[in-house]
Amino acid sequence: MGEEVKLFRSWSSPFALRIVWALEIKGIEYEAVFEDLSNKSPLLLQYNPVHKKVPILVHNGRPIAESFVILEYIDETWKQVPLLPKDPYERAMARFWAKFCEDKVLTSIWSAFIKQGKEQEEALVAAAENLKFLEKEMKGKKFFGGERIGYVDLVLGWLANLVSIFEEIIGLKIVDEEKFPLLYSWMQDFAEAPIIRDNWPPRDKMIVKFQALLDAAIASSSSSSSSSK
Amino acid sequence: MQDRPQIEGGMEKESEVVLLGTWSSGYCTRIELALKLKGIPYENVEEDLSNKSHSLIHHNPVHKKVPVLLHNGKAIAESLVILEYIDEHWNHAPKLLPDDPYERAKVRFWASFCDQKFQPSAHNIMITKGEEQEKAIENFWEVLKVFEEGLERDFPTKSQFLNGDTSGDLDIVVGSLACNFEAFNEAAAEVLNLQKNPAFYSWVTAMKDCSLMKETLPPHDRLVAKIKSKFSLHPSN
Repeated sequence: MGEEVKLFRSWSSPFALRIVWALEIKGIEYEAVFEDLSNKSPLLLQYNPVHKKVPILVHNGRPIAESFVILEYIDETWKQVPLLPKDPYERAMARFWAKFCEDKVLTSIWSAFIKQGKEQEEALVAAAENLKFLEKEMKGKKFFGGERIGYVDLVLGWLANLVSIFEEIIGLKIVDEEKFPLLYSWMQDFAEAPIIRDNWPPRDKMIVKFQALLDAAIASSSSSSSSSK
Repeated sequence: MQDRPQIEGGMEKESEVVLLGTWSSGYCTRIELALKLKGIPYENVEEDLSNKSHSLIHHNPVHKKVPVLLHNGKAIAESLVILEYIDEHWNHAPKLLPDDPYERAKVRFWASFCDQKFQPSAHNIMITKGEEQEKAIENFWEVLKVFEEGLERDFPTKSQFLNGDTSGDLDIVVGSLACNFEAFNEAAAEVLNLQKNPAFYSWVTAMKDCSLMKETLPPHDRLVAKIKSKFSLHPSN
């Protein structure tokens, strides 16, 4: 029964990390292929010609791209330790919140980190409004999946690691423990959970990487504002 | 979304299926197509998005948008999420998604591409003018090329446009938007030569021709007028 599972990832991609977690939580053996995203391999371009990104899951030679699509594929193919609930309505809720986390939470928190001045202020306000919805959703639950980690936890998991890195770099609070106590304790519980805690990328490397991204963003925004069109 | 106090005017029966939507939204058309395809009776509630009802805000407090499906007293928002719910809850034929996980992954990938890349590239044409619009048009053709080539590669035996034999999810997802392109193009003073891409044009034409689409798509002239007013497009543009 030779199953071949390969995961194309990078050392820091939070999207690929979702798949690492999913595979390991389910006890699926896989080979990790680390990509240098500044120098993409021919194989990556062949397996994901549309987006040219990681993660890509290759199962018995067949590639799947886009982390949400991969997570659903994994859950449907390997039925142990289910990530999504059984009930169709509960599944719909999980998918709804996953999309919200990606479209709204991720976007606003990224903007709060990478932007300056008024744009940053507005992003912080938007982020707080979005986090309020998540805080409400957490009521009575340890994880978004209930008693154990599920689909939404994996989708939002980046929050548990990246937010403190962002906060350290910009010197501002994004997820205030007092304002979002449930979300804050979820972040601790998730970050320390078995498997999750073993897979975080090295913090010092992350700080260097994101500081560099922020520096580049500041440099390009100040140069474009000083030039006239 | 989980608690449900009395809704004004509401005597909603628990088994009732209600769609909160607007006639002109392709995302709402998606849900109607799916419900009709599956033979699920439902009530259509027309929402005025310029004056949102308490019901809409109550049932979709996060986004306050349509479509929202109400079923058994519960609300589900986001069109792609609703489509999967419909297929899972009413899991009789015709199925919207294929059974095989890899085929399902392909459908989900392209459904996501449709909403994240394809539709925005078309939308950009509507909100730009002059040189910016020309760039937007160029970008649209490039995205369409990727879309077409990808669909050709991933679904070599094409689906049968809602004939019920094969899964109709992509036809529903794409058709609900693409079948309105002629109306959008007319509102935008025909900036696009839709026949320039014959494969896409014939796919859309064939979809529009099927009876389920004909009875569900918004009426052309009314849609043109609505688009013109929404994007403030005047005859002189």
